[in-house]
Amino acid sequence: MAQITVQEAIDQALAEEMTRDPRVLLMGEGVATKRHALVEAFGGERVRNTPLAEGIIAGTAAGAAATGLRPVADLLFAPFLCYAMDELVNSAGKLRYLSGGQFSFPLVAIAMTGAGWCVGAQHNHNIEAWFVHSPGLKVVMPGCVADFKGLLKAAIRDDNPVLFFVDIGLVFAAGDVPEGEYLVPIGEAAVRRSGQDISLISYAKTVAVCEDAARTLAEQGISAEVIDLRTLKPLDEASILASVRKTGRAVIVHEASRTCGVGAEIAAIVAEKAFTALKAPVLRLSGPDAPAPASFPLEQAFVPQAAAVVDTARRLCA
Amino acid sequence: MSVKLYDERPEELLQMMHLIRAYEERAAALQAGSGVPGTCTSVGQEACAVGVIAALGADDLILTNHRSAGHLLARGADPGRLLAEVMGRRDGYCKGKSGSLHICARELGVVLTSTIVGGELGLACGVGLSQKMLHRAGVVVCFFGDGAACEGRFHESLNLAAVWGLPVLFVCENNEWQAFVHRRETTLADGVVSWAAPFGMDSATVDGNDVEAVRAVAMEALDAVRSSGKPFLLEVRTYRLRGHFEPDDQAYVDAQELARAWSCDPLPRFEARLRDCGRLDDDAIAGMKAAAKSRVEAAVAYAVDSPYPGMDELVTDVYA
Repeated sequence: MAQITVQEAIDQALAEEMTRDPRVLLMGEGVATKRHALVEAFGGERVRNTPLAEGIIAGTAAGAAATGLRPVADLLFAPFLCYAMDELVNSAGKLRYLSGGQFSFPLVAIAMTGAGWCVGAQHNHNIEAWFVHSPGLKVVMPGCVADFKGLLKAAIRDDNPVLFFVDIGLVFAAGDVPEGEYLVPIGEAAVRRSGQDISLISYAKTVAVCEDAARTLAEQGISAEVIDLRTLKPLDEASILASVRKTGRAVIVHEASRTCGVGAEIAAIVAEKAFTALKAPVLRLSGPDAPAPASFPLEQAFVPQAAAVVDTARRLCA
Repeated sequence: MSVKLYDERPEELLQMMHLIRAYEERAAALQAGSGVPGTCTSVGQEACAVGVIAALGADDLILTNHRSAGHLLARGADPGRLLAEVMGRRDGYCKGKSGSLHICARELGVVLTSTIVGGELGLACGVGLSQKMLHRAGVVVCFFGDGAACEGRFHESLNLAAVWGLPVLFVCENNEWQAFVHRRETTLADGVVSWAAPFGMDSATVDGNDVEAVRAVAMEALDAVRSSGKPFLLEVRTYRLRGHFEPDDQAYVDAQELARAWSCDPLPRFEARLRDCGRLDDDAIAGMKAAAKSRVEAAVAYAVDSPYPGMDELVTDVYA
């Protein structure tokens, strides 16, 4: 095991996949400026700075993906994806289906989001659920360093368009990554902590919030299981249901706003498929239905906190 | 069906223009009366499609848009499979899942049709990047309209293609109409060709109702792209003689302007030229029209006979 940061994990994944497959290229605003080692290793043809125009970056990535390349497009901050929405949703997500399967779109779109840098709502907006709702796309949002590496490598190898969301709060986090080839399959959740009384289901930075809460709950005699979804589409329904059937209680925790967020879908799945196992209502802890503020205390307050998870879990277990 | 390549004979161009005209008028007639889903026709624009596509080689790729029948037929598409697609039938080029709006036919090199106006331009840059980085010979030809040139994506695409040196021939079929709005209401410039220069891109404009002129200019443009590896903007001036989406009574079109446009119809114009130079007589032209009509009738029979896709197709082809 080696300790590296999320940034380094992303660099490693890119370098390894670009070495493995000459069709992989990286494009985006400043990727060649910031990732010198990749430029040195693979040259300017495969590590391309682009004009500041997210729509054409994504459109070019989609067209290239359909005709033989495997682009990774760094679109910087998630709200900028609004400019790339047509290319990601209408082209990459739909043209395989509409062409009767004639084309596939093996591309990865990377974007950062979440509280941590006080950048406000035009640079911080957890819009992952928009893409979960769009057919033909896959969506991942890792919560630990090893997953950043393993999921990015899997995303680059996937033959479908993958939205790869990077939680800003984790960019400089360090953690262990297994040595050598390390892949995390898309579509598999991870049980971060095993428990019997309640399931805390989360992804990205709030997984650590749930782990904190679970430690506190253990001191109070409540055994909480923590599920890290890792992939939001396709959702690992089997892992969610197995956990809830075991514990009979669930709290879903995410930073994204509440209404029609990923938590709503998970609550619906649990209600549809594990209703008889439930001992208490399924609850959600999320960001408010408001734009993310820049002011540090407000920005932090946007994110569900461990104390709230503990309170909610205690209420459900009472 | 394979890619159709053209020799030097002008008769072949006229024959294809008649096939496209017969196909689209027959499709529009079906759509007016029998519940067949509507289409965006390219009646009046046949010389653009045939002139450009007759200049292509076997390896060249095409991106088109909602007004695609002319491009597909000119590239060798089977009219039966094309109409089957429009009618949502199993034997269509996209299994009936596209309908008329996003038809592509990989076997013909007609790739990634987008009907989000302007979407085709960004995709064309990506296809051009693949051609360049994978060292493939074919040029990418992207057909779009003056409406798409009003999208921001048009300017982004021209800029990126120029900066990255992508082998793309951008072909703007300026048909004076942007859905239900006349071009004069949306832009002050007389055309789009002048927008190439600020991006450092070479360009040309041509009378899009003269198929031989279109073909000649397209050949020069393609040669320029092939030899330089750089993109080129070709504006083809024409007129949309039918409405935006069938059925459409064109009540919003100025009658005098429309009558003038019909007087410039590229088909009779080319027929007259071939008649004047003695290559064709009236009988030969009548024979051509009859052959096109009978091919289209066979296509209608094929499409009507083709079953709808099985219900299992509802959720296939979503993911690779």
